[in-house]
Amino acid sequence: MKRLLALVATLALATPVQAAQRTTLHVFAAASLVDAFDAIAKAFEKANPEVRVRIEYGGTQQLAAQIEQGAGADVFASADERWMAYLVGRGLVAGEPAVFAGNTLVFVTPRSNPGRVGGLRDAARSGVKVIVGAESVPVGAYTRLALAKLSQDPAFGEDFGRRVLRNVVSQEENVRALVSKLALGEADAGFAYRSDVMHGAARHLNAVELPANARIVARYPIAAVSGRQAALARRFIDFVRSPAGQELLARENFLRAP
Amino acid sequence: MKAVRVLAVLASALLALLLALPLAALFLRRPPGEILLRLADPLILDALRLSLVTSLAATAAVVALGLPAAYLLATRNFRGKRVVELLVQLPMVLPPTVSGFALLLALGRAGLAGRALEAFGITLPFTTLGVIVAQAFMAVPFFVLAARSGFEQVDVRYREAAATLRADEVRTALRVMLPLALPSLVAGATMACARALGEFGATITFAGNMPGLTQTMPLAVYLALQTDLDAAIALSVVLVALAVGLLAGVHAAGGVLLGAKTRRA
Repeated sequence: MKRLLALVATLALATPVQAAQRTTLHVFAAASLVDAFDAIAKAFEKANPEVRVRIEYGGTQQLAAQIEQGAGADVFASADERWMAYLVGRGLVAGEPAVFAGNTLVFVTPRSNPGRVGGLRDAARSGVKVIVGAESVPVGAYTRLALAKLSQDPAFGEDFGRRVLRNVVSQEENVRALVSKLALGEADAGFAYRSDVMHGAARHLNAVELPANARIVARYPIAAVSGRQAALARRFIDFVRSPAGQELLARENFLRAP
Repeated sequence: MKAVRVLAVLASALLALLLALPLAALFLRRPPGEILLRLADPLILDALRLSLVTSLAATAAVVALGLPAAYLLATRNFRGKRVVELLVQLPMVLPPTVSGFALLLALGRAGLAGRALEAFGITLPFTTLGVIVAQAFMAVPFFVLAARSGFEQVDVRYREAAATLRADEVRTALRVMLPLALPSLVAGATMACARALGEFGATITFAGNMPGLTQTMPLAVYLALQTDLDAAIALSVVLVALAVGLLAGVHAAGGVLLGAKTRRA
């Protein structure tokens, strides 16, 4: 009992001391950035031992809403320019947002192929279970944009987009949840980012790029959130855009910043 | 001693504030008329209808499956009873997302029992039936625990009296135990219904999110929070009202039934 009390006391004393020595930087990052930003945070902490980087991952739209409601973010890394513009419009962003990475939309099917989907065209076949991002989620908006472009392609037919959307069984709230459900084989097909089909998920998934005329390049902007640790936030953003940061992003299949 | 009493009152006041303030904020954010207008939004009506249908169905399923279990737990000792008790309580403490994920691994079409279900033509992920299963999974403890304690509180002498009148166990259970435990059963079912109505994590993980099909009120609130704050407020207000109504129902029904019982006794 005495030892337990001692342990508790040590922990209670140790934690604040450590916290006082290290400043914490709060980064809000799009769900698709999980692997890349985990690596970037580690590298940044190594280069700046006095800083601890805490990253909150989620659907971009959710993070933007949280920042708007006053969540304590220092840096916001968005999966599309729409939500960054949303926060800029509300005066919540310090300085000009910078695009730090790109990503392309891919058509994803489980390797077990339960829906016997041979290619993108099969996504419109009746009975195929398609999952997409909700319209407010960046990947969902990109998906609808791609479907609109594909519908202009005579090879797919003008009702292609409508037929695919009719096959949608779920509008997921972040891209990683969507990819996991595909990896489990619970849906037949879906649209995600090229960078999502990596690591563990890749073993269970097939991904193909969209045709050139429907190619979507997602642009990821990053910015400091107003009024909080601006200098440190700036330093982190510079690191993300530095050759070292760009290399870590490229390793996760992101495109270099245009 | 006086200091302790003051502290106790202070702590209670703080607790009341913690619970009441968020609710007040929800109701005060927009004028009531505006909130009412938003309720006619088809998106909200769809979610409301779906939520009512699924949570009632989930409650019915939980009562049908949970009543015998509650009775057996209250009246029998058997090998493995501890395990059953633990199992029944588990959904209450598990993170709902974990429950949803586990359901997906078990009952998803690629899951442990999913193939068997598929053979019967039953698909759960991304279907309304899946929503009902997720809600039922989460609501089980609320009914079974209440029903069990209701059965346990029935005085043994009633059962003995029935036995001396040569009533067999099934007859005793139905004619004596069930009516006497009724207030607890109703309260438990109502709590289960409230839990089903509020279920979010297991639902979105297991059944996905599709307006009209699997997007219940809590899911609609979550998504509206990211795009349409006023709709989120309207949905939240409806959910709070329903929850309050259900809780009031528990108390009223309990009181009425309890009163009837004591009069009869």
